[in-house]
Amino acid sequence: MLAMVYRGPYKLRVEEKDIPSIEHPNDAIVQVQLAAICGSDLHLYHGMMPDTRVGHTFGHEFIGKVVDVGSSVENLRAGDRVMVPFNIFCGTCYFCARGLYSNCHNVNPNATAVGGIYGYSHTCGGYDGGQAEFVRVPLADVGPTKIPDWMSDEDAVLLTDVCPTGYFGAQLGEISEGDTVIVFGAGAVGLMAAASSWLMGAGRVIVVDHLNYRLEKAQTFAHAETYNFTEYDDIVVEMKKATDYLGADVAIDAVGAEADGNLLQHVTAAKLKLQGGSPVALNWALDSVRKGGTVAVVGAYGPMFSAVKFGDAMNKGITINTNQCPVKRQWPRLFEHVRNGYLKPSEIVTHRFPLEEISDAYHVMSAKLDGVIKPLVVPSLA
Amino acid sequence: MASTAETSRVMRTGANVRERIPGWGIDRDPKDRPSYPRERFDLEATGAHWNEPEHQAERQPRERSIEHAGLTPVFGTAQPLKGLSGVMRRAAYAKYSEARAAHWLMLIAADRVDAWEEHLRSMLTLRPDNPITETGVRAERRFDGPRARMGQGRTDVRHQVMDPLIVAGPWLVSGALAYLAGRSVIRSLRRSWA
Repeated sequence: MLAMVYRGPYKLRVEEKDIPSIEHPNDAIVQVQLAAICGSDLHLYHGMMPDTRVGHTFGHEFIGKVVDVGSSVENLRAGDRVMVPFNIFCGTCYFCARGLYSNCHNVNPNATAVGGIYGYSHTCGGYDGGQAEFVRVPLADVGPTKIPDWMSDEDAVLLTDVCPTGYFGAQLGEISEGDTVIVFGAGAVGLMAAASSWLMGAGRVIVVDHLNYRLEKAQTFAHAETYNFTEYDDIVVEMKKATDYLGADVAIDAVGAEADGNLLQHVTAAKLKLQGGSPVALNWALDSVRKGGTVAVVGAYGPMFSAVKFGDAMNKGITINTNQCPVKRQWPRLFEHVRNGYLKPSEIVTHRFPLEEISDAYHVMSAKLDGVIKPLVVPSLA
Repeated sequence: MASTAETSRVMRTGANVRERIPGWGIDRDPKDRPSYPRERFDLEATGAHWNEPEHQAERQPRERSIEHAGLTPVFGTAQPLKGLSGVMRRAAYAKYSEARAAHWLMLIAADRVDAWEEHLRSMLTLRPDNPITETGVRAERRFDGPRARMGQGRTDVRHQVMDPLIVAGPWLVSGALAYLAGRSVIRSLRRSWA
C-alpha cells in the first residue's frame, strides 16, 4: 500500500509499505477514504515531538471502510464505513471508565502522561496513522462508529478531531451565558472553538491571530470580532481595552506548541527544541483573562517544560482547564449540531491533496500558503 | 477610572446574538454539556465487552515508560527500535522516567540520529532521500509562496528563513565532513607515495 512516511524534520515522502495486519483480536483494518492534516501534525513534521521515528506514518483524522476484523470484534464487519476518533482507548481502564478516553492507560506503553493517538509518534503509542491507504484500528469495538447516512465525508473526517476538540475547548472554558471569550488562534481548532462558544451562550467572541485570511474566516464562519496581533504593540493591552480593562471571562489557547508572536519563545521551542512548546498564546491567554477567569488549553504541547507565566495564573486566581479531547464523548451532541446546521465543519476545508502529493501538502500547511486552513488527503484507492 | 461592581458586564453582550447565530445558547446549561461532569463513571457507554482488554502478543521486546507497571495490553508495533538510535531510545526508556528532561532530550537526540542513519541508508538504495521533493518546496511555485508572505504582516516569515538551514544544515555539514575526510585521505596517500 502507499503511505505517507516521515524522513526527518521537514521531510516526508510516499512509500510502499505492507498492508497492516490484525495484531490483536479486537483490531480492525480500515481502508482509508479520506484523511486530514491537523495543525498538530506540524509539530511532528518539524521534529518537535520526541520519539518521532523515520518511517512513521502520520494522520490521526481519517475515515474509511472496514476490510478486516479480528476474532473478538462484535460491533463492526467488513464493508462498514467508519469514522475513527483520534484517541485510541480501551473503554475499561480506570480513566476510560470515567469518560476520560483521551487518557486511556492501556494503549500507550511509551508514556503515562498521554494516551494513544494514531500516527502521533511513539510518545503516543507507536501506532501508524491514517495518511495511508490502510490503517490498523485497535480496539475496534470501542473507538470507531459507523458514519450516518446523512453525514458528508468532509464533516465525518472533521468530526474525528478538529470539530470535537474545538467544541471541547469551549466546554473547558466553562462559559456562562453572556461571557466574553477570547480564542487565541484562528486555525481549524480555533475556528471551531469560537463557533462552539456561541452555542454555550457566549455574549462576545474575539479571535486573535496574525494571518488575515484566517481572521476573515473567523468573522464569516464563527461570527467573531477579530484582532491581528501584529497590528498592535501589545495584544494583551488591546484585550484589556476591549474588555473595559478587566479582561475576558474565558480565554482559549487553540494554538499550542508553535505559537508565534515572540521570536525568542518560538525559536527556542520550535527550532531549537529547548522547550516542549512556545507558550506565547498561553501566556497571552493568562494575561488577557480576568481575575478569577478560566483559561482552556486545547493547543497541543510537547512533553518537555515550557516557559509559562505561572505566577500570573496563580496571582489572578485563574482556573486552567486542559485535556486532549475525548472525542467519542462529544459525538452524540455534535452529530445533532452538525445535522441541525449549528456547526458546519466542512466549511473550513480549503484544500484536497492526493496522497502522492503529501510533501507539498505539508509544506503548504507549514508555510501557510494559498490561504490554507484545513487540507484533506485523498488516498488513490479511495 | 476605578472599577465598580457594575463595571464588568460592559462586555457588550451582543443583543442580537440569538437572531444572528444559529443555535446560540443551545448548550448554555453547563450541566447539560457532553463533558460534564469531567469524570462520569459509565462503563456501558464505551462498547467494550471486556473487563480488561486481551493482551496483544509481544513479538519482540517492546520499550515502555518505567512509570508503567508493565507493558500495556495494546500497543503500536510501527518502527521497532533499531540501530544506534534504537540503543539511545531503549536507554532513555529504561533509565529515565517521563519526569526527567534527560528522557526527552535523549529521545529527541535519537530522532536526529535516526534521521541521519536513514539518510545514509537511503544512499545505498535505488531511492535515496531527495530534499527537493521531500520538503515539498516545489509547492512554493505552485502556490505562489512569495506573494503569500509579502505585505501580509505575517510574523512567522521572520523565522521561516531558518527552515532551509534546518533542512540543509545536516547535508552541508556532512558534505563538509566528507570533503575534509577525503582530502585528509588523499594527503596521507600522497605523503606515503612521496
